[in-house]
Amino acid sequence: MKMKSTMTPRRWLVLGVVAITAPLGDTLLSIGMTRVGPVSLHHLSSLIYALKTPQILLGIALLIGFFSSYLASLSWADLTFVLPATSIGNVIVALLAHFWKHEHISPMRWLGILLITAAVGFIARGPSYTETVRPHKELKVETQ
Amino acid sequence: MNLLSFHHAWADAAMIAAIVLFATVGDVMIASAMRAIGDLDDIKAHRGLLGAVLAVLGSPRFLIGVSFMALSFFSLLFALSHADLSLVAPASASLTFVTNAIAAKLFLRENVDHRRWIAAILVCAGVVLMTL
Repeated sequence: MKMKSTMTPRRWLVLGVVAITAPLGDTLLSIGMTRVGPVSLHHLSSLIYALKTPQILLGIALLIGFFSSYLASLSWADLTFVLPATSIGNVIVALLAHFWKHEHISPMRWLGILLITAAVGFIARGPSYTETVRPHKELKVETQ
Repeated sequence: MNLLSFHHAWADAAMIAAIVLFATVGDVMIASAMRAIGDLDDIKAHRGLLGAVLAVLGSPRFLIGVSFMALSFFSLLFALSHADLSLVAPASASLTFVTNAIAAKLFLRENVDHRRWIAAILVCAGVVLMTL
């Protein structure tokens, strides 16, 4: 199994979109649902009202962006490359919360941020794609 | 009392295991489908955005993967109604990084070298620490 790097600046950008849209989309949905309040099984129509909440609409748009970028990234990179590389999103959201909303980050959380950042740096320096050679391609190479 | 807490611990572990199992199967099936479909950038260049969307939606493996992701999501909702968020969310999120690495090596034949094992374990530990 040969490994190669299939990454281009545009593909790093797609991974950046995956990393940022997932946690931001989840956060916006959570903020929106807090505004809507608890949804009872007997009043599911309140979910339609939830769709009128700007935070929920934006959250859904971000999660659609996340899923399409995630699928695109899996078509040119390994799962074991994409998952650790995009985990930097957790760090970005934590840092945004700290510097923007002045939320407190405990020493344990700083250590977590350090570990995830180290993992992303580690994985980014390696190859991104395992090339699997298909049998008929091997035959072609042999006959040439 | 001890027997009760023992049962609770097993129930929590079983719920977390179900979330992790469904999420891993879902991720691996979706990754396998995308690998079989090929580079989406190329498909989009040749057949347009609609062609790329149809190529993805026409893959049974992709649809099975999405179904397992949905099962994982509902298992998470079920678990959250019985166990603590502070236990279930970080435990399932971090364990999925390691089980995905194992499953990707076994089923997707990805070359999970030392670099990737270390990265998966670092992210796993980092996610737990960030939720403390």
